[in-house]
Amino acid sequence: MDMILGHYNYWMVIIIMMAGFYTVISRGNLVKKIVGLNIFQVSVFLLYISIGNVKGGATPIIEKGVDLYSNPLPHVLILTAIVVGVATTALGLALVVRIKEAYGTIEEDDIHNQDQSL
Amino acid sequence: MIENHLSLLLVALPLLAAPIVAALPNGRLPWALSTLVSWSVCYLAAWQLMNVSSGQVISYELGGWAPPWGIEYRIDAANALVALIVSGIAALTLPYALKSVIKEIPQQQHALFYAAFMLCLTGLLGIAQTGDIFNLFVFLEISSLSSYALISLGKKRQALTAAYQYLIMGTIGATFFIIGVGLLYAMTGTLNMADLAQRLPELYEHRTIHTAFAFIMVGFALKLALFPLHLWLPNAYTYAPTVVTIFLAATATKVAVYVMLRMVFTVFGFSFIENTPTDELFLLLCVTGILSMSFYAIYQKDSKRLLAYSSVAQIAYMMLGIGLGSVLSVTATLVHLFNHALMKGALFMAIGALIYRVGSSRLEHFSGLGKQMPWTFAAIVIGGLSLIGVPGTAGFISKWYLVLAAIEQQHWLIVGVILMGSLLAVAYVWKMIEVLYFNATDEREQQNTAVKEAPLMMLIPMWVLVLANVYFGFNTELTVGTAEQAVKLLMPGAN
Repeated sequence: MDMILGHYNYWMVIIIMMAGFYTVISRGNLVKKIVGLNIFQVSVFLLYISIGNVKGGATPIIEKGVDLYSNPLPHVLILTAIVVGVATTALGLALVVRIKEAYGTIEEDDIHNQDQSL
Repeated sequence: MIENHLSLLLVALPLLAAPIVAALPNGRLPWALSTLVSWSVCYLAAWQLMNVSSGQVISYELGGWAPPWGIEYRIDAANALVALIVSGIAALTLPYALKSVIKEIPQQQHALFYAAFMLCLTGLLGIAQTGDIFNLFVFLEISSLSSYALISLGKKRQALTAAYQYLIMGTIGATFFIIGVGLLYAMTGTLNMADLAQRLPELYEHRTIHTAFAFIMVGFALKLALFPLHLWLPNAYTYAPTVVTIFLAATATKVAVYVMLRMVFTVFGFSFIENTPTDELFLLLCVTGILSMSFYAIYQKDSKRLLAYSSVAQIAYMMLGIGLGSVLSVTATLVHLFNHALMKGALFMAIGALIYRVGSSRLEHFSGLGKQMPWTFAAIVIGGLSLIGVPGTAGFISKWYLVLAAIEQQHWLIVGVILMGSLLAVAYVWKMIEVLYFNATDEREQQNTAVKEAPLMMLIPMWVLVLANVYFGFNTELTVGTAEQAVKLLMPGAN
């Protein structure tokens, strides 16, 4: 029981990660793939934030009478990763818009068929 | 003054240039500034390599924060060699780019194109320079995001889907990498590579470290297009604008191979790898990769796709060197990394010159061009010989070392595969030469549109690389000498 409840965060990370990863692989719709990619990345954010938590630790702001703080570094790292994720999503969606203009569809199979028929 | 900040300038210069280039009016100015920056960066990289070529290590503390808390740039012979390859290829690609970009990319996008190119250069140089594993991820994403954008600028609409496919695969690879980094951080509390290397040995048995290792390896195998994770590469190289293909083919995958070397030898240490099935797995994948991808290359009808499949096979040679894990084989990997950049750069430039004149990259449209464009044709012949590994060219040196390494460990099967791979390379290089020289040109002659030799601005960078292929086939002081120094630092216990 402790294995499940004690590592609750990490179990969620694994579930979200797999859900996102599966969406990226299985979906043929290009926008849904990007959404899957986002969910996949969010799981990593959660992983980092969970790592940074110290049991009983306070928010990492120096204050009198507090001497146990959570580790702020993973939070800072993940801010960078979030920015990277936003940039990736923006670029990915921009590409989808251009693909829609060029092919008239955002379904992978239709795009593939159009390329094959040339 | 400059010398103290050399390591940082190498990354900061193109990074600062990128927004300026983007703001310049479309025309020749963005190109001129990017070329200037790439030449200065190349000069700095050569300077840096001279400083570390006899085994010194430069440690640069960013913002004066002492490692392992601050970000450290740690330069030894391996980094400096990779930085020189990246900046050298950029310095040669940009002069070449002027004419090619005018023809392939709409004028209103020129400034942005060169800005993205500068960002890609920043990212690749950053990966080569940094000694901080999270910083490496950031630079990886800078180079990847800009290369997705660059690839999508290709003329055909397939360029868009190729870029999208690469974006999905590349992001999965990069995310795998940060999962690995996160797990390493959870176990050791550090992100500095040198510090990690010291803290990891006592945790070797821990399952989290093994998981981290697996994530990092798979992530970078995606990035460097190790067979069978190479699916994004052929489309990306085929449909990207010519200049982008030259630059990415000669640098992006090489930098990823360098990261793999760093992770395997510096961070984890080869003694860790030996206790996992990784090296056997590498050997198996590389052997299948070399044979199957070389076969694929023979059956391609598009010249860029043919060379792309050949690239996947050549990357497998480099990974073979890591898999064998001896001093000789890792030297071979580093030398091949350098030489392959030279030969693929030269070949893609030559193909680019043909595309510039004919407007297509399909082999059937190249028939008989060899006689009309003798200099470009000669470049393809010499570049092709180097790709095969004929004595007297750079390609021979790296394959020679790889074969020696395989013989040293008595892996006769691998010796056979390396030689077989060269034979298959003869077949696909011959395929290009046959079309170019021995096929008739009647169709075009009937239409009376003889093709002229490529412009001088394209021929000069192409021939610099071609001559480098020959030069480094005779003088191995820079390549093998530096690689041996690098290996001494990568594998301290081995000799």
